[in-house]
Amino acid sequence: MNADALLKSCLAAIGLMLGALPAGAQGFAGLGTASADFAQPDRDRALQFPADHAAHPGYRIEWWYLTANLAGPDGTPMGLQWTLFRSALAPDGTGDGPEQLWMGHAAVTTPDTHRVAERLARGGIGQAGVTLDGFEAYIDDWALRSSGGADPLDRLRVTARGPDFAYDVALTAQGPLVLQGDDGYSVKSAGGAASYYYSQPFYEVAGTVTLPSGPVEVTGQAWLDREWSSQPLAEDQTGWDWISLHLDSGAKLMGFGLRSRDGGHFTSATWVAPSGEVTTYGDGALQLEALAQTEVAGRRVPTRWRVRLPDRNVDLEIDAVNGDAWMDTAFPYWEGPVRITGSHGGRGYLEMTGYE
Amino acid sequence: MNRTAFLALLSHWRRHPVQLVTLCIGLMLATALWSGVQAVNAEARASYDRAAADLGQTPLRRLTGDGPVPIAEFVALRRAGWLVSPVIEGDLPLATDSLRLIGVDPLTTPPRPGLEPLLEGGDALPRFLSVDGLMIVAPETAPLLDGPGLPPHIQSAQVPPGTALVDFRLAQRLLGRDGVDHLLVAREQPMGLPPLSEVTDLTLTEDQAGGDLAQLTRSFHLNLTAFGLLAFAVGLFIVQSAIGLAFEQRRPAIRTLRALGVPLRRLMALLAAELLALATLSGLAGIALGYVIAAALLPGVAATLRGLYGAEVSGQLGFDPLWAVSALAISLAGAAAAGAQSLWRVSQMPILSPAQPRAWARASQRAILTQLAVAVALLALSGALALWGGSLVAGFACLAALLIGAALALPALLLGLLALLQRAPRSVLGEWLLADARQQVPPLSLALMALLLALAANIGVGTMVGSFRDTFTGWLDQRLAAELYVTARDPAEAEDLRTYLEPRSDALLPIWSVDLPLRGAPAEVFGIVDHATYRDNWPLLDAVPDVWDRVADGSGVLINEQLARREDIALGARLEITPDWQLPVAGVYSDYGNTRGQAITGIDALSQRFPDRPRLRYAVRLPPDRAPEVQAALRDDFGLPESNAIDQAAVKRFSLNVFDRTFLVSEALNVLTLGVAAFAMLTSLLSLSGLRLPQLAPLWALGLTPGRLAVFEVARTVLLALLTCLLAIPLGLALAWVLLNIVNVEAFGWRLPMTLFPADWIWLGLWATIAALAACLWPVLRLTRLPAADLLRVFANER
Repeated sequence: MNADALLKSCLAAIGLMLGALPAGAQGFAGLGTASADFAQPDRDRALQFPADHAAHPGYRIEWWYLTANLAGPDGTPMGLQWTLFRSALAPDGTGDGPEQLWMGHAAVTTPDTHRVAERLARGGIGQAGVTLDGFEAYIDDWALRSSGGADPLDRLRVTARGPDFAYDVALTAQGPLVLQGDDGYSVKSAGGAASYYYSQPFYEVAGTVTLPSGPVEVTGQAWLDREWSSQPLAEDQTGWDWISLHLDSGAKLMGFGLRSRDGGHFTSATWVAPSGEVTTYGDGALQLEALAQTEVAGRRVPTRWRVRLPDRNVDLEIDAVNGDAWMDTAFPYWEGPVRITGSHGGRGYLEMTGYE
Repeated sequence: MNRTAFLALLSHWRRHPVQLVTLCIGLMLATALWSGVQAVNAEARASYDRAAADLGQTPLRRLTGDGPVPIAEFVALRRAGWLVSPVIEGDLPLATDSLRLIGVDPLTTPPRPGLEPLLEGGDALPRFLSVDGLMIVAPETAPLLDGPGLPPHIQSAQVPPGTALVDFRLAQRLLGRDGVDHLLVAREQPMGLPPLSEVTDLTLTEDQAGGDLAQLTRSFHLNLTAFGLLAFAVGLFIVQSAIGLAFEQRRPAIRTLRALGVPLRRLMALLAAELLALATLSGLAGIALGYVIAAALLPGVAATLRGLYGAEVSGQLGFDPLWAVSALAISLAGAAAAGAQSLWRVSQMPILSPAQPRAWARASQRAILTQLAVAVALLALSGALALWGGSLVAGFACLAALLIGAALALPALLLGLLALLQRAPRSVLGEWLLADARQQVPPLSLALMALLLALAANIGVGTMVGSFRDTFTGWLDQRLAAELYVTARDPAEAEDLRTYLEPRSDALLPIWSVDLPLRGAPAEVFGIVDHATYRDNWPLLDAVPDVWDRVADGSGVLINEQLARREDIALGARLEITPDWQLPVAGVYSDYGNTRGQAITGIDALSQRFPDRPRLRYAVRLPPDRAPEVQAALRDDFGLPESNAIDQAAVKRFSLNVFDRTFLVSEALNVLTLGVAAFAMLTSLLSLSGLRLPQLAPLWALGLTPGRLAVFEVARTVLLALLTCLLAIPLGLALAWVLLNIVNVEAFGWRLPMTLFPADWIWLGLWATIAALAACLWPVLRLTRLPAADLLRVFANER
């Protein structure tokens, strides 16, 4: 059996959330029918920290998703990803039980290489999980570990390694946590499907990335997303395009477009001023237009985009640092660093799912 | 004209339907046996390839401890970055049988055949991981699992029969065990990990199962292949005799057609086309039959391979179109080989040759002598290959030369034997019988050769299997000399067990072992006490005179045959166990089925060198009838899991069962080959019966009743069969010798001592007689019912 194929099963559950359903995945784990037994996001429930940094086992799917735009001493751009997914196999979970399935993805992207590693684990035996007391999200020896601060997420140390890379970087938050959507309640479709979603987009990064050629000292910016939910996306949604941009002005822009089968985009955006002040935009305010495709892993993926948010006079072009940033996992997706030109300069991350 | 000529040729079959059926059945049987064996081999090879592809080039390493490996240890290694995965195995007793449980962690396991259903989406993976659990079993295992209390199951042909793949947590619960047996270490590890020795106290060993199953099981498959080839050859004898007869009988038709102006070339083309059509039809039928045979044999083969080698072969046969095509090709090639001679003879036939059919295969004295010369050359070649071959291919060439040579020599030898018998005639009729038998040897020679090969294969394989079984039983006695094997879970329990068992047993023999590299390869070193159990039971292949004394006092070491052969270690050579501990080799013992090196020395010497090894295992000697009682007490009083108190008799029974099931395949093939040979006899006798009237008619005219004539016919056939059987015995023994001493050594790396089983030969003689009787029954019946007019006509006709 190949590990990729196994991952496919696990990712099918996550695929439900991402809206990119591999063929035949609808029935996975009977989740489609048992959805009602899982907790549902409630618009009136305010997020509470640090408690909400921990896992929410009553919800079906959750992640701790970190992307970083880094540069080596010579200025070569580099991207770094660290992700921990949690997927509940049954609705009556206690948070650290065997019915929790954990999955880690780590990647390092340079202009010519894209290195990926994956991990899978079950809950309940201490191989993976999230602890709040001395915050740590971990799977095997990969960890996102608090090293102090008023909020546990203020200062983090991030480690992971694969067969041909390893990294160990320190993150320091330069601004507050940002609640996405309506105070953290993020609507994902016109039909009302939603998730809890908050971010920490203000990290400064310093540390070491080790490649087969040797260790590289890196610095840069990072963005952490936290999201949990139980509901799959609408049936007619085929995938999503998501961006997190660090603009040179110090502002941050998060946006996503959920593609529907008829070609439409359900979009959503959050504008974060350098002060941390948040403005959210509903469907239609953000416009995403694919400009150029890259042929990767036998399919065409748009790696250059025009991004417009007229309300903020934003009209950008984002372009992949490495068009080949394909996450060659069983549930494959594209995730990599981008350069920004146009009305603003800067750098960021682009994630695209559902390009079969 | 083509059509008319073709119809004229085909009309022969309408008049001789039995001949047509014979030809088709012969070709079908030949194709079926050959392709059936090939399908079994291909399925097994595909399983090995799958396993090899999954495992990569080298076997997986594993981490083991002195006892069960705690899950905490697994987690600690994962958290240190090492990619390891737990495995736990054990037997779950069922109502009538037991189920082998293999518990794995699907989330971390290296690729393993059988887990595929978890990948197909659906709810298999969540169910597999859930508290209720899910078992993945082979389709043939599924019906055994209907009892209550067992987790639900799904099927995968990739799981060996009798085995269930489950989540390791479920396996722990069902087996009542904590921890797991070992951790598999993934081949590719992340960069920059701390050394294993800093992370764990567990011991790193190579996978005992060995990665190269194909290598390990080669001998087994070669034997099967040889069998298939033999069956095919025997089948071709039938085909050739049927085709040859048909051509002979069609001489008048052929002459007439040519006289009417059909060109020779076209006639040849028509005959070839007819042969092609018949071969295609029979080949297709043969493929279908071959598939049925293979499907019937495969579960047994799979069980065998797993029992003997731990090779996981699916019991389910896939259908490979390539296999079908190659089987058809073999069938066509066989038909071509069998028909070529006849076609050639048609091409050489003068247009106005007498249309009289003659006993087509009646060879001249000179032809028989030529054949004998070729046979002698082949036998000499075979001998040379046996002496100087030195490779597996040479071994098989040696076999082939031996068999073909012997078959070719058969007519001359039979004629010689009959000539000897004729020197002591008892009556006129007896003399006639022998003379008539001599007369019959050439036309019957093909059928007799088939019988010879079938009988020789029977004896050869029977001897090989019997010798192997003897050796295997000896090996089991060696490994399982004690009645009970007890493994404590910790040193304190070991002490309690010792106190408990000492007064209740005849002897309590500690068995302590250390995993060490010997000559650079992973191996085990055992320490044993001086006891009659070993002195009486261990069959040593080679030893110095005072071997047991030297092992007992730790001044010598025993090594297994594998280590001795691989490293070419002779008696007396010094074996380095640790850098500061070297011992002379005092003996070499057989250790079938083990791929690793092994050494044995005195327990005091071993424990002195390795004082810290936990001492948990004991072999318990006690009267066999008390073993179950003590075993039950250990389970009840100490709460020892079943796998920690193993009853020797049960293990031995199980192993021998597996062994016997293995060779059920050989037996089935034996019976099939013999059946084919009998059929060849039948067809030859049938075709002869019509041609023999001129020989019989004078006897009838002299006053012999058809009944007496029939008795003579039967006596002659049985005589020839028995003589052939007599000749088959030395040939079979030679075959067994080559299999045991050349093929086995080349394929396995160990030599098996040859044991003779004369009682089997008598049985075989009986079977040969029965086969001959069965074969001549119908022709003889026809003879007794022959109208007198037919016999009279012999004198009227020009013959």
